[in-house]
Amino acid sequence: MEKKIIATTSLAGCFGCHMSFLDIDERILDLIELVEFNKSPINDIKTFTKQVDIGIIEGGCCNSENIEILKSFRENCNVLVSLGECAIMGGLPALRNGIPIEECLKEAYLDGPTVRENKQKILPNNEELPMLLDNVYPCHEIVKIDYFLPGCPPRADLIWDALVALVTGDEMKLPYEVIKFD
Amino acid sequence: MKDKIIKIIARYHHDRHRLMDILIDIHDLQGYVGDTAIEVLAEQLNMSEVEINETLTFYHFFSKTPRGKYNIFLNNSITACMRGREKVKETLEEECGTEFGSVSPDGLFGLYSTSCMGMNDQGPSAIINDKVFTNLTPYRVKKLIADLKSGKTLDEAIYESVGDGNNSDPDVRSMVFNNIRKRMILLDKNYEKFEVVRNLLLQHSPDEIIGIVEDSNLRGRGGAGFPTGLKWRFGRRVEADHRVIICNADEGEPGTFKDRVLLTEFPDLVFEGMILAAYATGADIGLIYLRYEYRYLYKYLNRILEEMRKENLLGEGIAGIKQFNFDIRIQLGAGAYVCGEESALIESLEGKRGEPRDKPPFPVQKGYLGYPTIVNNVETLAAAVRIIKNGADWFKGFGTKDSLGTKLLSVSGDCKYPGIYEVEWGTSIREVMEMSGADDVQAIQVGGPSGVMISVKDIDNLGTTDLMKWYKPSGMMVAQKTFDRKLSYSDLPTGGSIIIFNNQRNLLNEVVTNFMDFFIEESCGSCSTCRNIPYLMKKKLEKIISGHGVRKDIDDLLSWGKIIKISRCGLGQTAANPVVSSILNFRHLYEQHVKAMADFDNVFDMEKSVEPANNYVGRKANIHHA
Repeated sequence: MEKKIIATTSLAGCFGCHMSFLDIDERILDLIELVEFNKSPINDIKTFTKQVDIGIIEGGCCNSENIEILKSFRENCNVLVSLGECAIMGGLPALRNGIPIEECLKEAYLDGPTVRENKQKILPNNEELPMLLDNVYPCHEIVKIDYFLPGCPPRADLIWDALVALVTGDEMKLPYEVIKFD
Repeated sequence: MKDKIIKIIARYHHDRHRLMDILIDIHDLQGYVGDTAIEVLAEQLNMSEVEINETLTFYHFFSKTPRGKYNIFLNNSITACMRGREKVKETLEEECGTEFGSVSPDGLFGLYSTSCMGMNDQGPSAIINDKVFTNLTPYRVKKLIADLKSGKTLDEAIYESVGDGNNSDPDVRSMVFNNIRKRMILLDKNYEKFEVVRNLLLQHSPDEIIGIVEDSNLRGRGGAGFPTGLKWRFGRRVEADHRVIICNADEGEPGTFKDRVLLTEFPDLVFEGMILAAYATGADIGLIYLRYEYRYLYKYLNRILEEMRKENLLGEGIAGIKQFNFDIRIQLGAGAYVCGEESALIESLEGKRGEPRDKPPFPVQKGYLGYPTIVNNVETLAAAVRIIKNGADWFKGFGTKDSLGTKLLSVSGDCKYPGIYEVEWGTSIREVMEMSGADDVQAIQVGGPSGVMISVKDIDNLGTTDLMKWYKPSGMMVAQKTFDRKLSYSDLPTGGSIIIFNNQRNLLNEVVTNFMDFFIEESCGSCSTCRNIPYLMKKKLEKIISGHGVRKDIDDLLSWGKIIKISRCGLGQTAANPVVSSILNFRHLYEQHVKAMADFDNVFDMEKSVEPANNYVGRKANIHHA
């Protein structure tokens, strides 16, 4: 069987989902037999070098760079998976959605209790920086997402089972215990 | 001020269960319940400030900050919108010099929106300092505001046109009209007050009374249709020191106003029904939960209760029956649709947030203050009196096999004669249209927004189609092909709300959106399903209407409609009905909007999205267009 190609990225996330991914432990050796990694922080390949079968997205979108990367994933991947709470719902970063962005910036760079050194009242506005969005968006509000793996982070077993199902084409078993969170 | 508040609390014997009354009285005193009042309340009632706040912030007629001298609550129900609410709203904002949701700079006027206030047949209407103003037009608003500015009182403004019947009673003096269009057995003018209590109770044991009501197969008129006799029997069966009869006059389902008319024209009949129910069940505590919107009837209803006490129709040994002690108190609500749900209503009666309880135990087992409690609709209680007077067999002469008697319909919307129609069960929608002078009908909402919308095409497969899955006792929206369906518990049950929409109406933009706003506003917030899904549905609906929808969006709406069914109470369970039933019955309206070929469309606009942050930090957008 030809190896499936996988790409992963972390947008407005904390890399916790990637860490959980690594929690598949020694099964990563089995995984390497099944798949080949393309663009991913795991192997540090920075750009897509070929069409990818499965793209895994951690985190939602809080700035213009997130949007561009997410769109490039949609273009270059046949199947897109939202991995974890932030990708699916916006997660913790989305807590800022109830607060105007101006107030967030003011608190972070001008008025916050930990702001000491910014006497010239500089706000980050270099052209090199990504531009902040008005809200933090879940991935499926930006591009079409095919599958959602919930959790904060999703458990390693869930990620493993989902990957195996996607790679082999077998149906994934989803017993109640796997998707209940209360 | 503090002393006055303490006095109010003392008047209710420091009873925390009377928190609603206390808050209403403080509101009357100073126009709001502020932090000082909350501190005093917490101390005097031995409650935490958080508990006071819980109740206070739940009801939208309460405010924690000062409002205006005149507070105008403009009704935003669908029929009001259809009859020019937007213009009235604009005029109010212009004349009062402030926007909705705020108080004018001179402190004279506060402008607010309020859900259906039971005046659908004479909207747009508004409540101004507890008084009702109907049939508002920009012209009338201009005049009214000018009058108030020049120092005229609200009463003087009302007296120019007082409504019919008891609306002109000195204790009512409202400009509300009854608009009774058709009378049968319930609204029969031939009613000898309290004859049943005075003469017939002695001849029947409580069991016999329940037997007659059971025999008549009277079912709850609020919408759910629970057999009344059975409810009474349940309540009677439970051992307890006290039993409670509650008359549910929290008529909140948009489009219904029958209870308002019953309480205006036949309050004695309703009270007699409560006495009857008390006798049958052995209850000694009687409560009427009167929605705040009907506060203009409060003084009048209390006067009648006082007269009844004088005539030994309330109090001890009623009508000469030993050990039959019963009295009635009117409890005002403060603006919350969910309080029409019986367990939420009981919570509210106990001075708490009107959040529905988990069931079981049911109110008949454990209700108000833990006592077995029978909650009956206004119309049900009135019907019970007619049944005892004339007998179950007489009652069985009206209606259909499974739905006996008559039903009061509150008809509004696009028809010539909106108002109250008493019809036999089994009357078809088409007959109602003919009675009310409705032609050119596109759709009819039967049973308010929590009902279902039915379309013309579906008439042939009804009863077997998916429709029935969604069909809730509270009603549905029907379309032409369905107009021959009959109002009955087995076919088209209803609490009595009939709203008619003609072919000029935009069902999605105007109607469904309005209904969803209602459910978003009125969710008590307890279940995440009912708190979130209506909001998400409205967003999705707006996406579809804006032309960005895809087929999957319609499927999403339907599948979310299933999830919401796990909500705790009927309000939550039916909150998706406007969307679900309109998709099932008017799917073409949705299909018109969605892109047939696309499988994904976001409404995301990067340029717009980065604008606020860029403006704030002072940089230009540089977006790479791929």
